[in-house]
Amino acid sequence: MTATETAAQPVRRLEWQLAQVREIVVETYRVKSLLLHVANWRGHLSGQHLDIRLTAEDGYQAQRSYSIASPPEDELLTLTVERVDNGEVSPYLVDDLHVGDQFDLRGPIGGYFVWTAAMGGPLCLIAGGSGVVPLMAMLRHRERRDGHAPALLLCSSRSPEDVIYRAELDAMARRDPNLRVVNTLTRKQPDGWMGRRGRIDKALLAQECFPPEQSPKIFVCGSTPFVEDVSRFLVELGYDPLTIKTERFGPSGGQGP
Amino acid sequence: MTGRLPNESMIAMDETTISRGFRSKRQEQTPKNRLPPGQYVTTDFPVLSAGPTPQIKLGDWTFALQLGGSLLGKWNWAEFEALPQTTIKRDIHCVTKWSKFDTTWQGVTFDDLLKAVGLTEPAAPYIMAHCDGGYTTNVPVADLIGGKGMITTRYEGLPIPPAHGGPARLLVPHLYFWKSAKWIRRVRFMEKDQPGFWESFGYHNYGDPWKEQRYDGD
Repeated sequence: MTATETAAQPVRRLEWQLAQVREIVVETYRVKSLLLHVANWRGHLSGQHLDIRLTAEDGYQAQRSYSIASPPEDELLTLTVERVDNGEVSPYLVDDLHVGDQFDLRGPIGGYFVWTAAMGGPLCLIAGGSGVVPLMAMLRHRERRDGHAPALLLCSSRSPEDVIYRAELDAMARRDPNLRVVNTLTRKQPDGWMGRRGRIDKALLAQECFPPEQSPKIFVCGSTPFVEDVSRFLVELGYDPLTIKTERFGPSGGQGP
Repeated sequence: MTGRLPNESMIAMDETTISRGFRSKRQEQTPKNRLPPGQYVTTDFPVLSAGPTPQIKLGDWTFALQLGGSLLGKWNWAEFEALPQTTIKRDIHCVTKWSKFDTTWQGVTFDDLLKAVGLTEPAAPYIMAHCDGGYTTNVPVADLIGGKGMITTRYEGLPIPPAHGGPARLLVPHLYFWKSAKWIRRVRFMEKDQPGFWESFGYHNYGDPWKEQRYDGD
């Protein structure tokens, strides 16, 4: 599990870099994607995150981590940000930022919760709410690389209005017979909803996931209770804990170790 | 709109971009000497782990102290609970930016562990902490002795919940919290320093929050 050879490489500090907002995409009523131009971005792997730093006129600074939504192949770096009510940074990013605005960021960060096409499949991605963001970077990378690794994205959202990337994911799944996208809605289902209902439980995982014998690469991302539940169910279903990689979005919006 | 901040000492070597329209929402004035740079105060206790939370039965739990391949001491749960207990209150700082003040932990100090195996001084200058789930982290012994580090088994007077590292968690509160490894089972002395899990994935080898040593090269 430890990759000692990486530590032997020369250390290069992750410097703060200037990011400029080139485009803003409304994903849901509380989620937006920011497409950023970063000169000399050193590249990243799907699943990694970065730190952003906002500075007020009076010098006050706030730093936060956000998952990268874009694959390494894209020219612009995409962050998808959910507004956390009463938050300090996310309301600014979602509501106040305009095209042309600038802020500092540094990254990429995290080398464990990553997937590259070379790692192969089957790929089992399980998201709670905005936990879909780093998983989307993996699916976009898989598509850009013409990957045929069988993949499943299992997404839990509150209501149809809360499903992030819905149109893009539907289109991706229509183009690709090796990709299955399964949505479950926990609080509100519209009339005629053909997807799943209720929270992700053991029965749903047993039905939808690649069986343990296929040794899928499993990535689970969402709130702490979501990740705790799903990863415990998976272990109980017989998946090797070491094949389950998790990223938890705490109530304080943290990521990483 | 780019400009240098008035207080150069605050920003070290980096150019800083003023974020148009961004204002602090944090009204409380946290003493500067209590909050390391880039951190914010939270009252909740976020959970961050690379994999599933191991469910460990106390009956199966053991803790071992090792030098290379040889065993210096090994305890089962009852034996470990019988070691001298210490309670401390400390601020903790996670590399993901949250800090939590005045957390209370109870357990066995590293000093008392060394005494328990009859060592008057540490067996080597570094340790690797080994945990259930395969997690590892490296810490200099100087950061553990003298009351600086301990193996904790209680948080706020209660058994540590599994998601927060129970039954036993390393506590090195003056370093970023990933060094306070959850689900600890074994401490191995090392003559030479080696990177642990996150230290091999781009995180800083030492992790001093006051120097903001988050990532390699910081």
